[in-house]
Amino acid sequence: MTALKNIADKVRSKNAGPFWLTLDVFCGTAEAFARISSGLDTGLVADMFKADPATLKRFDMPELNVVKFSMPRPAVQGTHADRDMHGASFAVLLGEIEIR
Amino acid sequence: MVKVLIPSGALGLGYDRDALARGIAERPDIIAIDGGSTDSGPHYLGTGTSKYSRGSTKAEWAELMAAQAEAGVPLVIGTAGTCGADDAVDWLVDITREIARERGQTLKLAVLKSGQDGDAMAAALEGGRITPLAPAPEISADLLRDCTNIVALAGAEQIQAALDTGADIVIAGRTTDTAIISALPLQRGCHAGGVWHGAKIGECGALATTSPNTGTILIEFDAEGFTITPMGKDARATPRTVSAHMLYENSDPYRLYEPGGYLDVTGAEYEALDDRRVRVTGSEWVVTQPYTVKLEGARRAGFQTVSLVFVRDPHYVENIRAWVDDIHAKCIAKAKARVGGDFQIELRIIGADATLGPLDTNAKPGTELGVMGIVTAETEALSREVAKMLNPYLLHHPLTEQEEMPTFAFPFSPPEMPRGAVYEFCLNHVLALDDPMDVFRLSIEEIGT
Repeated sequence: MTALKNIADKVRSKNAGPFWLTLDVFCGTAEAFARISSGLDTGLVADMFKADPATLKRFDMPELNVVKFSMPRPAVQGTHADRDMHGASFAVLLGEIEIR
Repeated sequence: MVKVLIPSGALGLGYDRDALARGIAERPDIIAIDGGSTDSGPHYLGTGTSKYSRGSTKAEWAELMAAQAEAGVPLVIGTAGTCGADDAVDWLVDITREIARERGQTLKLAVLKSGQDGDAMAAALEGGRITPLAPAPEISADLLRDCTNIVALAGAEQIQAALDTGADIVIAGRTTDTAIISALPLQRGCHAGGVWHGAKIGECGALATTSPNTGTILIEFDAEGFTITPMGKDARATPRTVSAHMLYENSDPYRLYEPGGYLDVTGAEYEALDDRRVRVTGSEWVVTQPYTVKLEGARRAGFQTVSLVFVRDPHYVENIRAWVDDIHAKCIAKAKARVGGDFQIELRIIGADATLGPLDTNAKPGTELGVMGIVTAETEALSREVAKMLNPYLLHHPLTEQEEMPTFAFPFSPPEMPRGAVYEFCLNHVLALDDPMDVFRLSIEEIGT
């Protein structure tokens, strides 16, 4: 077990409009992609962000060595429950997730 | 072939002047730049104002107007003034008139407005013309009338109508990021899939290259696809930088929904023409019916006052959660008893988990912590009143009755910082139109005379 940030090149999170959050895991190499793609559990990601697994989208993109997640934002952008206007810090949290 | 020059990802972000000059030398057919985004939050749409300073906007816009004059081709800006509301469009129009006067230029200006009337939108909702996207907040006719601003996102058709006037400059209210880039090449018959794909790749300027800060890129559209060439001296576009841009701020990396259809890049092929240019073919545009435009709306969600205090005493740092929870409960009870009304108090612990809140299970607090008190209330006066009731607690509240009265560090006097009205985005919906121009207004004027 190790944290995702120790394997991936970069983890990025961005708003995709005010209602969606999207997280891009840039794995860097085909080897890292294979490890992350198989070892990163979608259920754990949903738990981490308290996301409904039914609306969590996952894209495994070997052509880019990227694993991408999109989900409705934990709080709609700019509402009083939102703490991060640009959604940038969610990437740090995902980077700390354990990879099998 | 149609050449679109994109100076940067947004007006106000800056760009490399040499790169822009190189782009002008390439003899583009149009210069297109984005003027906004929802990414900085609901305040701008809520108030109809710009995020960037007038001074920065005027300085960059004057340079682009000079580039327009030199190139002799139209200059188009979409989502003017950050949010694309009518007031924000008027703000940029005013700056444009001022620059034209100062430069002694006479120009034909087309202005496309995207602002929507609350009553008309309420009627559209009742007429079944507004449908939700996922996830959509619950809406009603009253909510639509309650919005301080609603805008519809124009697509290529509305920008084409503005270009058809023969204007030197087009200032558009809210548009999709891609519409200002795609309008002309679509009109001239370039490959639709290639056009929308190139427009998505180009919408953030040089972000799809190895040197994002250079800003300027040139995209050439043709009958089969598009070619991207960065204008920055050492900037390079590679199949990887270009294809990876479909991920950016996009929930589905293979699909992009636009007015009138969607782009599908599943079959796209990225070819390096040399070490800095990339050619893309194989993208597909799928027409959908009915023709819809996305709506954005913001409404007031109360008034806020913020207080900030810092805690360095190890005893309090160690027990910060109990301290904050106790203050929270006591202050709510006091405010309910003394003033009542609709209010909410939130205390975020800076240095613990202020960034991510309860989602952050790995937080490790340091030697000092800040506590940010946020009071949101139905009126400005109530938010200030409750924030003032919070103050004695943040200053002196003891963890237990048995200990000496503590005092904590306030950086400011007064500690309460009124934030005024706060807004929230309240629409994630589309509006069906019979004709793309139905809810947009186009006007033309001569400026600088």
